[in-house]
Amino acid sequence: MLSKAYRWLLPHPLLTLLLAVVWTLLQNNVSAGMIVFGVILGVIIPWITSVWWPESPRGFHMGRMIRYSIIVIWDILVANVQVAWIVLTVPNSRLKPAWIVIPLELREPEAITLLAGTITLTPGTVSADLSDEGHSLLVHVLHTDDPDAVREEINDRYQRRLKEIFQ
Amino acid sequence: MIPEVIGSWAAALCLLIGAGFTLVGSIGLLKFNDSMTRLHAPTKVGTVGVGAMLLASVIYSFTFAEGSLHELLIMGFLFVTAPISANFIAKVNIHRRACETPPAPPQDDTWSTLNVPEQDRETVGSGTA
Repeated sequence: MLSKAYRWLLPHPLLTLLLAVVWTLLQNNVSAGMIVFGVILGVIIPWITSVWWPESPRGFHMGRMIRYSIIVIWDILVANVQVAWIVLTVPNSRLKPAWIVIPLELREPEAITLLAGTITLTPGTVSADLSDEGHSLLVHVLHTDDPDAVREEINDRYQRRLKEIFQ
Repeated sequence: MIPEVIGSWAAALCLLIGAGFTLVGSIGLLKFNDSMTRLHAPTKVGTVGVGAMLLASVIYSFTFAEGSLHELLIMGFLFVTAPISANFIAKVNIHRRACETPPAPPQDDTWSTLNVPEQDRETVGSGTA
């Protein structure tokens, strides 16, 4: 009964926390009143919008998510330098763009969204489309000699970790 | 005195890095001649280019004024919205056949952008194709 009331009031507890933090950051100074108002917004907004986000993922490991974010930020930095090098040195005639197809083991929409977002943010790859039943992800690679290696890397580096986060 | 010197040098370095990556992103946008490869350039500017400039802003505000963390929000919102707009542009490219047709997915029938609803199938088949 109590957990049902909790689910009804806070359909997405993490979203509530996030909204409160965003509100406090928007004010750009920390005061008790603003934090209270942020928490109020954090309760009301998920409650109103829960119609459009009815099911939340069952498991979510925050610690693994933080480690994943650090890895992704590091990869963004490294890949930026690599892609800048490609832009400046590889002529158009020798550029080898490719489509690669990533078979999805993830089933939760939130996890697939995170994977697609990660792939787009790391330069050199853009996630373009999902298959109609959601079993594969279409990714465009800017320049690669070995498309299979890119697929292996995305699978091993991101998909496996995301699977552990949403267990 | 010393922290101010370090702060301004660090902010200047971040500005230069950000400007450099933004420049490379713009060069990429001009240089590539295919709509899909061109899409790769803005994703770079959106991450390290803007990120380094915002970092410069944070460093400057903490050195010379009251600290400000607004910039983290800008970065957060960019990281959330950039993949979505890139995805939309990619979908438009696929839909208008402005790029090489992607290979068929191994398990399902087709890509969702290329999928035609059943009631529209005949008109598309006889009309444009």
